[in-house]
Amino acid sequence: MTEFFQSLGMSYEWAWSVATIAGILLIALPLMLAVAMIIYVDRKVWAAINLRRGPNVVGPFGLLQSFADGLKVFLQETIIPSAANKGIFILAPIVTFTVALAAWAVIPFSAEAVLADINVGLLYILAISSLSVYGIVMSGWASNSKYPFFSAMRSAAQMISYEVSIGFVLICVVLFAGTFNLNDIVRGQEGFGLGVINAYVVHPLLFPMWVVFFISSLAETQRVPFDLTEAESELVAGYQTEYSSMSFALFWLGEYANILLMCMLNALLFWGGWLPPIDWAPLYYIPGIVWLLLKAFFFFFMFSWVMATVPRYRYDQLMRLGWKVFLPMSLIFVAVTSGYLMATGHFGGAAA
Amino acid sequence: MIQAIAFYLFAGLMIASAVMVIMARNPVHSVLWLILAFFNAAGLMVLVGAEFIAMLLVIVYVGAVAVLFLFVVMMLDIDFAELRAGFIKNFPLGMLIALILFVELFVGIVAWNQGHITLGTADAAAAATGAESNIAAIGALLYGRYLAIFELAGLVLLVAMIGAIVLTHRKRPDGARSHQNITRQVMRRPEDATVMKQPEVGKGVDL
Repeated sequence: MTEFFQSLGMSYEWAWSVATIAGILLIALPLMLAVAMIIYVDRKVWAAINLRRGPNVVGPFGLLQSFADGLKVFLQETIIPSAANKGIFILAPIVTFTVALAAWAVIPFSAEAVLADINVGLLYILAISSLSVYGIVMSGWASNSKYPFFSAMRSAAQMISYEVSIGFVLICVVLFAGTFNLNDIVRGQEGFGLGVINAYVVHPLLFPMWVVFFISSLAETQRVPFDLTEAESELVAGYQTEYSSMSFALFWLGEYANILLMCMLNALLFWGGWLPPIDWAPLYYIPGIVWLLLKAFFFFFMFSWVMATVPRYRYDQLMRLGWKVFLPMSLIFVAVTSGYLMATGHFGGAAA
Repeated sequence: MIQAIAFYLFAGLMIASAVMVIMARNPVHSVLWLILAFFNAAGLMVLVGAEFIAMLLVIVYVGAVAVLFLFVVMMLDIDFAELRAGFIKNFPLGMLIALILFVELFVGIVAWNQGHITLGTADAAAAATGAESNIAAIGALLYGRYLAIFELAGLVLLVAMIGAIVLTHRKRPDGARSHQNITRQVMRRPEDATVMKQPEVGKGVDL
């Protein structure tokens, strides 16, 4: 995009600045719209699985339901509890929302459409997603109330536990791709399965890792069956209990932006990202972003599906799954994958 | 120009938040300022072109260590008055430590101005890493030239980990509800756990 603005007669520095700001807006604004629509999809999917109608009043087929909710929340009064730690109480939803948006900077929507094509893209995602726990911990502590505090403690422990196994899963992908750059990881999947299928997931060593990653991403975004942090039967609304109006909406938006990000990562790292599913020339005429969004949408459907059908985990079971099942399993797979890749000469002569 | 502005921004914010870590009255605020300081340190790392280190700094310190700090500090019940009571008593010791740190810094800067120290001779592997990306360069050094030291550091961490587990592990007495048999929990069916009873009116149920 920088070249386009340069062609309008700007100097390189100005063109770069304008292009970057335009890129940020081009990602953030559609993302907010996507979050609004995806909440609608989420509710429709649960409704369909529960044999209900779901939102169907506001707009055609209830399409405008999320916007009506947004407007309602916007017009509400912001209530700050008098016993709350005011500064941190206000800062917490801002942190959640900012962090949820910041991670999108390195997501490649197609080969060219990426805001920051950096070498450490995957590490950046890990770093940013490890920050998302702060919004929850801060809100839980600043609310000065028991339920949010329990929720904050639960979520801190939960997110640290599952980040460890996510890290090892990502190492397996990086071993195959040989890079941390997300665009190069997608390119590495071209014709990966028998020269026909554009996806890492078809490999017998990577398929179990994808399953681990999918379940861990449910835990990382605190979706059912791992939504212990906002378990309404135990903790009212968890860390959001004391929040109202836009501060509550920021949590909500941030949460769904994180869920979409995890769906995108599932698609990018294991299912070929912006590549068509099959390495067949006519399919490449469809723009890459369409394939990526279709795949991400499919994973979002799976998220909703799980939400509507699976009961909540007990907390000790959650910890057991993270530390005693996923962690040893992903560690073993890192060792086996690197051994396999060495044996098959994947790294070329350089490794010898 | 822009680099200088960015440097002073990050460095200034880092020093300011480091000061706030010790100035803040509330320990939770201290930890949050510490996190801001870590962040700015990561920014400085990006400025010198060490983006890998910057990311690791955020992942390890901000994402894991500081979360645990925050976790512990939030659950502590700290009496601030008591903490401040020892100020006069500990003041000389604090000044002594500050003096030692200052002298060390001073000596370090003077020595650095005399030129850098040579620790052994650079081998071919280290010399070849100039043009590669950050990650590849660090990988080549860690798993090539400094392999033995790296492995030793890993062993030290392993020993520390085992030590922590041994120190905190409590052996529960036999028969206590300590061990969960997960397979048994999963295999349990509603038929094993519930009974349907239809007692007559006015009569109870024998359990």
